Amino acid sequence: MTRICVGHLYPAYLNIYADRGNIAVLTRRAALRGHNIDMRAVSLGDSIEPGTFDLLYIGGGQDREQAMIASDLATKSEGIRTSVAGGAALLAVCGGYQLLGRGYRGRDGSWMPGVALFPHETVAGEKRLIGDVLLSCELVPGEPRTVAGFENHAGRTLLDPGAEPLGRVIAGFGNDGASGDEGCRVGRALGTYLHGPLLPRNPWLADLLLSWAIAHATGESPEPLQTLPDTYEALAHEHAAARARARGGRS
Amino acid sequence: MPGKLIWKFDPGAIDALAARLPRGVAVVSATNGKTTTVAMAAAVLGRDHRLAWNNSGANLASGIASTLLAARDADLGLLEVDEFALPAVLERLRPRVVCLGNLHRDQLDRYGELEHIAERWRTAIARLPEPTTVIVDADDPLVAGLAEERAGAVRYGIDDPTVGRTDLPHAADSKYCIRCGTPYRYAVTYVGHLGDYTCPACGHTRPPLDIAAREIELDGLEGSSFLLETPAGAAAVRLSLPGLYNVYNALAAASLAHALGSAPAETADALAGFTAAFGRFERIVTSGKEAILLLVKNPAGANEVVRTLVDGGVPPVLVVALNDSIADGRDVSWIWDVDFEPLLERAERIVVTGERAAELALRFTYAGYPAEQLELEPSLERAFDRGLELTPTGGRLGVLPTYTAMLALRGLATSRGLTRPYWERIEP
Repeated sequence: MTRICVGHLYPAYLNIYADRGNIAVLTRRAALRGHNIDMRAVSLGDSIEPGTFDLLYIGGGQDREQAMIASDLATKSEGIRTSVAGGAALLAVCGGYQLLGRGYRGRDGSWMPGVALFPHETVAGEKRLIGDVLLSCELVPGEPRTVAGFENHAGRTLLDPGAEPLGRVIAGFGNDGASGDEGCRVGRALGTYLHGPLLPRNPWLADLLLSWAIAHATGESPEPLQTLPDTYEALAHEHAAARARARGGRS
Repeated sequence: MPGKLIWKFDPGAIDALAARLPRGVAVVSATNGKTTTVAMAAAVLGRDHRLAWNNSGANLASGIASTLLAARDADLGLLEVDEFALPAVLERLRPRVVCLGNLHRDQLDRYGELEHIAERWRTAIARLPEPTTVIVDADDPLVAGLAEERAGAVRYGIDDPTVGRTDLPHAADSKYCIRCGTPYRYAVTYVGHLGDYTCPACGHTRPPLDIAAREIELDGLEGSSFLLETPAGAAAVRLSLPGLYNVYNALAAASLAHALGSAPAETADALAGFTAAFGRFERIVTSGKEAILLLVKNPAGANEVVRTLVDGGVPPVLVVALNDSIADGRDVSWIWDVDFEPLLERAERIVVTGERAAELALRFTYAGYPAEQLELEPSLERAFDRGLELTPTGGRLGVLPTYTAMLALRGLATSRGLTRPYWERIEP
């Protein structure tokens, strides 16, 4: 049994698309394997000491809430980057995914700097990209998987040349509606626009993050977690994937 | 669909249709409670007026045009309007009264963010001519803020800390001061973020109430009563709909009636005879069992349904139905923001159904609901029958559907002769 320390960034501000669903899935799937999640809120004024957290989670908020935490997040930038460089796992969803890039260019030309963990910049777009999404990805070599989710974002996120996306879009818009890329990966850090929430219908992704977090906690190599029946998970994935194939990328 | 055609090809005709109503038009918008509020107001105003009322819930521009077209001999328009459609509709209708209730996060895939809706409303309100009376829910900081500069505005709210609570639910919106961003301090909350708020930093606070509900008594699932206080006097109101959210709906309806000249006693009398609007706490009796239909469509509304059931007694068997058509919201993530947990602690059996039933199964099992008490049945009809089968004779079945699932279930009940279609039950 491993104690996994999870830092949930700004849960009172960034919680718009059912982020607590992702947290519930991580907690329960860890418990079902006999591990113990030590969930801590990391909010305004708290610091991130590298090494403390095995997994960091940051969700999305409405524009107003995101503006309220932006300057505080800047003070945590180094702590977040050092944590990930040290092997901590991280999941950033929607607004959190944008905030962890180099910055956001508003419609009025304003520039809001970000954490610069992910090698990308986001520019405000005119039309929101809304709908079901299906991705193909291969985070573990030789293990191709699909991810099903829902996207709703005005920002167009442009990855630097050579940056690794989370996956390729099968149906839906993805990072910018044009490149066919969705999300970004740096080491054990994953960023994505996909909510729905993301993890309940993509349980393999939750397990991968947990295996990375356990590896960080124990100092050993990541080991696959014991499998679970995941009947409802498979059904939900199937329905969401079918939705994306039928109507993703149209809004 | 003539309404749609008019709106597209000759929108000016809407102005003319509205202008021919001698007593003008009253409009209601809010995230939650529009349909019930308007139905309650119709019960009051229908006594003295012939109404042009969109009782089927067709609250987009096209539905409103159709309603105005069809009601040839009406003298007063009474219309619920979709939050997003409101600015365009106000521009055309030039209403006599506009009643704005709560704003909660709802179908972000369709409506966008809350602030964005409020901003559109603010612009639309500023354009209204001076004689238009604006009514706002003073307990919602974002909505109350819309009327701050408005002469003659009417502010309603609940003023009875004994029925409130001091914590905010998980999905609470607008919890930060609209002026300075500091978290509000709530003396009490009633529904979601609606309550008696003060900003500890800049002092922004709930405005004084013109129309208030006091001395509230909640009587489980049977109903509630309260003292309605208005500038024209007070009256005791008895509602046969349960829950504080229906007290808010009654207050909004009473404020509308007040603005149109009804006396508090008349309002109270009409509200006493009001039962349920279309799928909102509607009761269906079949073979010695009672099914209660409780529409759920967003976190704030669903939280109040949960709370009302918990306060009034959770039925042992529940059917929960999740569809994801445009009218339900294509993004189903909102179910994770609903505080279902108190319901899960009490329900003995739950049948999940609808196009996205598996998402509900995940929501409930990850909350710790025992797998052996949960059933997944994709067909709405079979799920409804399974729920009835599990319900003991003389017992009660709780049915919580999203919008299109509610329409389908009502259609099913109607085809079995169990409910009357809405067009036969519109006359107040």
